[in-house]
Amino acid sequence: MRTATPAIEVRNVGRTFRVKGGLLGKDRHVVAVDDVSFTVPQGGVLGVVGESGCGKSTLARLILGLLKPETGDITVEGLQVADMHRKARARLIQPVFQDPFASLNPLAKVRDIVAMPLIAQGNIARAEIAKRVEEMLTRVGLTSEMSGRLPAELSGGQRQRVAIARALVLRPRIVVCDEPTSALDVSVQAQILNLLAELRRELGLTYLFISHNLAVVEHVASEVAVMYLGRFVERQPTETLFAAPEHPYTKALLASVLTPEPGLGVPDVGLGDTLPDPANIPPGCRFHPRCPIAEPRCSVERPLLKPRPAGGVECLLAPDLR
Amino acid sequence: MSALLEIEQLEVTFGGRTHRSTAAVRGASLAVERGETHCLVGESGCGKSVTALAVMNLLARGGERRARRLSFQGDDLLKLDDGGMARLRGNAMAMIFQEPMTSLNPAYTVGSQMTEVLRRHKRASQRVATDRAADLLARVGITAPGLRLGQFPHQLSGGLRQRVMIAMALMCDPQLLVADEPTTALDVTVQAQILRLLAQLQRDLGLGLLLITHDLGIVARVAHRVSVMYAGEVVESAATSELFANPCHPYTQGLLRCVPVPGKIRRDQPLGSIPGTVPRVGPGFEGCAFRERCSFADATCAHTIPRRNAGATHDYLCRLPA
Repeated sequence: MRTATPAIEVRNVGRTFRVKGGLLGKDRHVVAVDDVSFTVPQGGVLGVVGESGCGKSTLARLILGLLKPETGDITVEGLQVADMHRKARARLIQPVFQDPFASLNPLAKVRDIVAMPLIAQGNIARAEIAKRVEEMLTRVGLTSEMSGRLPAELSGGQRQRVAIARALVLRPRIVVCDEPTSALDVSVQAQILNLLAELRRELGLTYLFISHNLAVVEHVASEVAVMYLGRFVERQPTETLFAAPEHPYTKALLASVLTPEPGLGVPDVGLGDTLPDPANIPPGCRFHPRCPIAEPRCSVERPLLKPRPAGGVECLLAPDLR
Repeated sequence: MSALLEIEQLEVTFGGRTHRSTAAVRGASLAVERGETHCLVGESGCGKSVTALAVMNLLARGGERRARRLSFQGDDLLKLDDGGMARLRGNAMAMIFQEPMTSLNPAYTVGSQMTEVLRRHKRASQRVATDRAADLLARVGITAPGLRLGQFPHQLSGGLRQRVMIAMALMCDPQLLVADEPTTALDVTVQAQILRLLAQLQRDLGLGLLLITHDLGIVARVAHRVSVMYAGEVVESAATSELFANPCHPYTQGLLRCVPVPGKIRRDQPLGSIPGTVPRVGPGFEGCAFRERCSFADATCAHTIPRRNAGATHDYLCRLPA
C-alpha cells in the first residue's frame, strides 16, 4: 500500500439521467454510474473498459467535474472535485477526448487553442504564455510552422497532438483520456499511445484511460477496471486481468479481442442477443441475462464485491477468497 | 474459369483532370474468387472504400473510374449501362455498409425494405418475399423474425440493424457480397458475433466476400486472401497466413508492428509506429507513395516501382527484394 494521497479517489459515486419519454411515454431513469468506488495511485494508469452505454464516459465527466455526482464524492490529489474552483481544477486535471475534430475550435489557430487554458487562468503574462505554448507544441511533436494552422488543416493524429498539448500546458497532475485513439488509424494510434506513455513517464502524470479496445488498454494501463451497466464488475492489475480473468463478462470481452493471428477464426464470445439497457437494469446480477454460466440465484441475488489481493470481482459464482 | 470479380488497373479520380484533382485509386488490381473471403485492408483515405464503390458504380458525383478490366462472373462491368448495373446490384452482387442506421431507410419497416429487394429483382409476390425475409432474419440469428419485420430501424440495436443489413443483402442469393467496414460501428462483443456470422454464411453459401477493413485482427481471423492498400495502390497481396508470416512491403511490416497485441509487448516498451502521415496524391504521381515514411527509401524510390513476387500467390510493390 502506498501512504501518499491517491491521485484519484472515488467513493460510492452514483449518477442517473432522466430521459424524457416523449409525448405519451413515461420518463425513464438511465443509470449511468451506480455506486462506484476506486482509487488510482500517484503515477498509475487505470484503464476502464466496457461497451457503449456502460457509463465509462459519464465516469470521466464526473471525475473531471463536468458533471455532479448524485451520491458519493470524488477527490483528486486529496481535494474535493465538487468544491474546487474551475481554475484550480483545470490546473490539476485535464481531459483528452476521442474526436479531435469535435473537441477543437475549428476557427482558432493551433497556438490559440493551446494557449486557451493559460489565458483562462487570467494571471499569466503574454510572453510566458507564448513561451509555454511553444514548448508544449514542440514536446508533443508539432513543428512551429503548424502553430499558425487551423484544425481542419491538420491530420487526425496531429489534431490529437494539439488536444494533448492543450491538456498538458497547465502542467496538470492527472489526465482523463476518453477513447483518445479510437478515431485514429492504427499507425497513428501507435504514435499517440507512445507519446502519451512518454509524457506520463517524464511528467509523472496519472491517467484514467477509457477505451473499448482491450489491446490498447493492456498496453497502457497498470490496472484495469471492467465496467458493465454502471458498475465495475472486475478490477485487477493488468497482468492478472489478462492472464486470469474471473468475471464471465471480462472473459467474454477478452475472447472478443481479435488479435492478428491467422488461422484462429472468430471466437464464439458466448453472449446472447440480449443487449444491456441502462434504463432497465436487471435484478440480481445485472449481467445475468447475457451470462453463459448464470445460475437461477444470479437473477435474484445481488453480487457483492469479492476482494482480491489488488482488486476485486463482482460475481456470485466467483470463489470467496476470504 | 475466371475469378468471380476481377479488377485490373483500376483508376478512380475525383475533381476532373485539373491540378486540384485527387487520384483516389491508382492502378489497383485484385480478384475475388468464388467462395473466398478477400480482405482489402488499409488506413483511412487509402482508397479501399472507393474501390468497392467503383465496382458497384456508386461513386459520388465527380468520381471517374477507368480500368483495364472490371468483370463480374466474366461480364464486363464497364460496358453495363445504369439499368444493367441496377439489375446486378442488390441481386447477384450485394453490399453492406459500415453504419447500418444510415443505410436503412428510417421511414420504412424492416419487412418492407427487405421484401422490396426480392419483389423488384425477382418479381416475387409479397407473400413469398415475406417468407424469405423471415427465413433470412432467422438465419442471421434474429429471434422472433415476425416481430422484427414489422419494426422500424430505430427500434433495433446496432448489432440487430447490421444483421438486418446482412439478411437484406442475402435476399436474392448473391454471388458476391461486398462489406465495407461492417463492424466498425459496433461494440467488440457484437463485432465478434457479426464477423462469426459473416464467416459462417460465406462458407455455407459459398459466397465471394470482399471485406473492407482497417483492422488487421479482423483480416487475420476471417480472410483467405489479403490485399493491402496504400495511397490508392495495392502495395501487397498474399494468402492471409503468408502475409502475416512474411510481410514484404515496408508498409505492411510497419502496420503489423503498430497493432498492440496483449502479452506481446511490454508496457514500458513503445509500440512500433510509422512516422508521418499518408500523403495526398495527385494524378501523375511517380514512384512509391510510401517513400516519405519508409526507413528503407532512397533516390530510386522516386521512380517507377517494380511489382515483385515473393511466392506463387504473393506479390508486392517495392524495389526491395523479398
